[in-house]
Amino acid sequence: MNLNDFLGPLTLPAWIVSLPLVAAGLGVALPKIGRPAAVFTAFATSLLVVRLAGEVLRHGTIQLQVGGWPATLGIALQADGLSVVMLSMTCLIGGAVTLYAAGYFGADSAAISFWPLWLFLWAALNALFLSGDIFNLYVTLELLGLSAVSLVALSRSAEAPPAAMRYLLVSLIGSLSYLMGVALLYAAGGTLDLNALAAAGPHRPSISAAFALMAAGLVMKSALFPMHFWLPPAHANAPAPVSAALSALVVKGSFYILMRLWLTIFEPFINPATADLIGVMAAFAIVWGSIQALLAQRLKMLVAYSTVAQIGYIFLIFPLSSMPAATQTAWQGGLYFVFSHACAKAAVFLAAGNIVYSVGHDRISELNGIAQRLPVSMFAFALAGVSLIGLPPSGGFVAKWLYLNAALTTGQWWWTVLILGGGLLSTAYVFRFFSRAFSYTTETVGGRPVPWIMEWTAFVLAMCAVILGLTAPAVIKLFTAGQPF
Amino acid sequence: MFFDDWLPLMILLTSLLPGIVIFVLPEDRIRLRTGLNMGGATLKLVLIGVMLWGVRHGHVYETRLSILPNMDLILNADAMSAMMTALSGILWFLTTLYAIAYLETSPQSRSRFFGFFSLCVSSTIGIALAGNLITFLMFYEMLTLTTYPLVVHRGTPDSMRAGRIYIAYTIGGGAAFLVAVAWLKALVGSVAFTEGGMLAPFVDTYATQLRFIFMLMIAGLGVKAALVPLHGWLPNAMVAPAPVSALLHAVAVVKAGAFGIVRVVYDVFGIEFSAELGLLQPLAVVAAFTIVYGSVRALFQDELKKRLAFSTVSQVSYIVLGASILGPVATIGGIVHLVHQGLMKITLFFCAGNFAETLGVHHVSQMNGVGRRMPWSMAAFTLGALGMIGVPPLAGFISKWYLATGGLAAGQPWVIVILVASSLLNAAYFLPVIYRGWFQDAAESWPDKPAAGMPETHWMLLIPPLITALLALLAGVLADAPFSPLEWARLIAAREYQP
Repeated sequence: MNLNDFLGPLTLPAWIVSLPLVAAGLGVALPKIGRPAAVFTAFATSLLVVRLAGEVLRHGTIQLQVGGWPATLGIALQADGLSVVMLSMTCLIGGAVTLYAAGYFGADSAAISFWPLWLFLWAALNALFLSGDIFNLYVTLELLGLSAVSLVALSRSAEAPPAAMRYLLVSLIGSLSYLMGVALLYAAGGTLDLNALAAAGPHRPSISAAFALMAAGLVMKSALFPMHFWLPPAHANAPAPVSAALSALVVKGSFYILMRLWLTIFEPFINPATADLIGVMAAFAIVWGSIQALLAQRLKMLVAYSTVAQIGYIFLIFPLSSMPAATQTAWQGGLYFVFSHACAKAAVFLAAGNIVYSVGHDRISELNGIAQRLPVSMFAFALAGVSLIGLPPSGGFVAKWLYLNAALTTGQWWWTVLILGGGLLSTAYVFRFFSRAFSYTTETVGGRPVPWIMEWTAFVLAMCAVILGLTAPAVIKLFTAGQPF
Repeated sequence: MFFDDWLPLMILLTSLLPGIVIFVLPEDRIRLRTGLNMGGATLKLVLIGVMLWGVRHGHVYETRLSILPNMDLILNADAMSAMMTALSGILWFLTTLYAIAYLETSPQSRSRFFGFFSLCVSSTIGIALAGNLITFLMFYEMLTLTTYPLVVHRGTPDSMRAGRIYIAYTIGGGAAFLVAVAWLKALVGSVAFTEGGMLAPFVDTYATQLRFIFMLMIAGLGVKAALVPLHGWLPNAMVAPAPVSALLHAVAVVKAGAFGIVRVVYDVFGIEFSAELGLLQPLAVVAAFTIVYGSVRALFQDELKKRLAFSTVSQVSYIVLGASILGPVATIGGIVHLVHQGLMKITLFFCAGNFAETLGVHHVSQMNGVGRRMPWSMAAFTLGALGMIGVPPLAGFISKWYLATGGLAAGQPWVIVILVASSLLNAAYFLPVIYRGWFQDAAESWPDKPAAGMPETHWMLLIPPLITALLALLAGVLADAPFSPLEWARLIAAREYQP
């Protein structure tokens, strides 16, 4: 057996899923090697994903039946441009979070539980992005939720346990709702395979009920307004690397499933009213999230509410893509949003984590002149802020530009008002913090030193958000490979 | 040709790359930082010289980068961008020199300052070289972001407040401009700058939409150009260090707005088409009102930099006024003022900075006797001020002359009334300053005089205003010489009015 068979295009997806899983198992068995195993996994998975991206660019969609069982029985994995982009995003953020956590936890006893949980979460995400059947998607969703909740519970702050408990309940209800939809679809179609379900064609009576159940569950897990209530406390009170992973990756997991279902099974059944309903919720999310971010007393709360608002932006993908003339542009814009938000938000959470690490709190009113103490982190915060606001050059700007194009070519000017208004609100909450952080004080700002790796991982992610503003044609080419939309 | 394809990008990179390196330099690497700054500035000047020569000889310089979805980033050198680039290049060189001396003792991070300073100039160059609206927009927003840290450099509550006001105005303006560009793209598909305009063919289909787009664009650009009532941020931004104010008022922010308006009127809509849509008259009214309003407000400011700020509000609108009168003569007047106002205003700000830095003089009422103590700075200030008033043969006179005759040629004699009124007001707020400086006795105890044979202040603070004052004088005296701003403005006007 040569290397090409062993690591060939057809086995790559299986490797990408199993590598973090094995590492997680090792981390449980031998707590001492949790950290090196995670760092190794981060590098190895990245290499595999790059290779997979190359294959998908060359050959289009890749499908794989694990163990050789045919669809409906075995585990079907498939990779197209969409999955590859989500996997790359996971590698980038996951790699940075891993390196950051290596500095953050140090010899802390929480590290023993952190590493295996984090690797489980990573494995669940990889599997989620590669699954081609709706039941496997359920399994990955559940694994993702459980590992995320456990990671939140690792925090020592007093607010963390109730936040984690609430998160757990929401997560379980969401998955359950999704699972009922799966059951309905299986009963009607006799298969769990996404492609087979899509090919089975339109008009089975139970399908709208299935859609309603699955969409409700996924919207809840993605924290779209008004189902966002659980997100700010959970994200703001988790340990810094966990906050970053939750906001950047975990909410995108459930969103990805909704997007997949929308693009395959449900496309013929979706009427504009459904899309507009989601649009209205997205609008409320943008406005409400931004206002709460403006009012927040703690920096991590501000950032978490910013996630609520940005999730609203991401969900605008559905109303904007519902007009045929702008479908392509809207999907491209939405996916660009997902990617650049992941980089920017992870950078911001890591930078905010550095503040907490250094001075022990994140009360905004007491952070005057923090840029003098943590210049690299605050520079990272500023760069990521540019992308969050959507100013050029940044991934956020490209996404916003595509959204505006989609809205204006189809005459949906009201979304334009929302997109720009949300941008102004995000400027307000970002600069609200800057005007304290970058003020000059002659008092020395105390605090313990922050390991360099924690400052620079935040910076690198922020740079990625900016660089995404200059690489749009290449990235778009990648996520349209295999024509997922 | 390879060189022709990349020259615009190289001009941009001569400040962008040093800027990025400067950020990571430790504070105490003063020599290296200065070397990078001045080396980049010098190289940029050389490359701009090559470009000017080439543009006159029919070379086409264009860099196209495919970094945006469905749209290229275009940097190219037409006559108009060559002029703005040259202005930015020269004034950046001098301002950098000035800033190095000015901020030597500043307690705040100088690496951060000069890093953003370089990025700010790169944005200005990008604006000057932009070949389509989206490129322009990208650099226009970058300019907002890179000037904010300069405005709030001192980090005092005052400057943080000014920064918040600045951001509120400019981000709002940027959003209006963004939606206008996206709308135009959705309507006509192309957003490239074209000499003579490119929208005339769409008059039947989209006249109403195009009017709205024009208004949105002017509103978005008018914020930076400080058109009344969008000027509120400018007098507040005075808390910035002197070299920053100098740059903001002469080439960077305010000029970017005015330049953008010129671009939109001439190279997007086309001056004749703008007139056909009935858009020029309202613009002219706004410009005229701003000219008078700014001058009146300047009259009542005792703080020297505030007086200069309101003077900028007024003077920049000459450019807008020139762009809103149909006819090549007025066009020349407006476009040449892009350069002239830059030279004169930067001189005034350099000098105001010198008075403040050397003598602690911040207010007009403290100016008594400054001329005897600092004759060179005061002489430069006098030249700049007289130029602003429009005294021949200084640069300002040329601008006003062309604007006035252009107004007459277009059958709009009211322009002359505005110009006369404004010149009288200019005289009313500048002459007292000059009078106090030269003819009144010093009332206060200033720091000791420098020893005989020593310059009145640090030589790096003195050379830049002397050079810019000289340039303002030469731009007037040698207005007919080749490569003079006036000659270049004529070249641009000739191209804009080609059938």
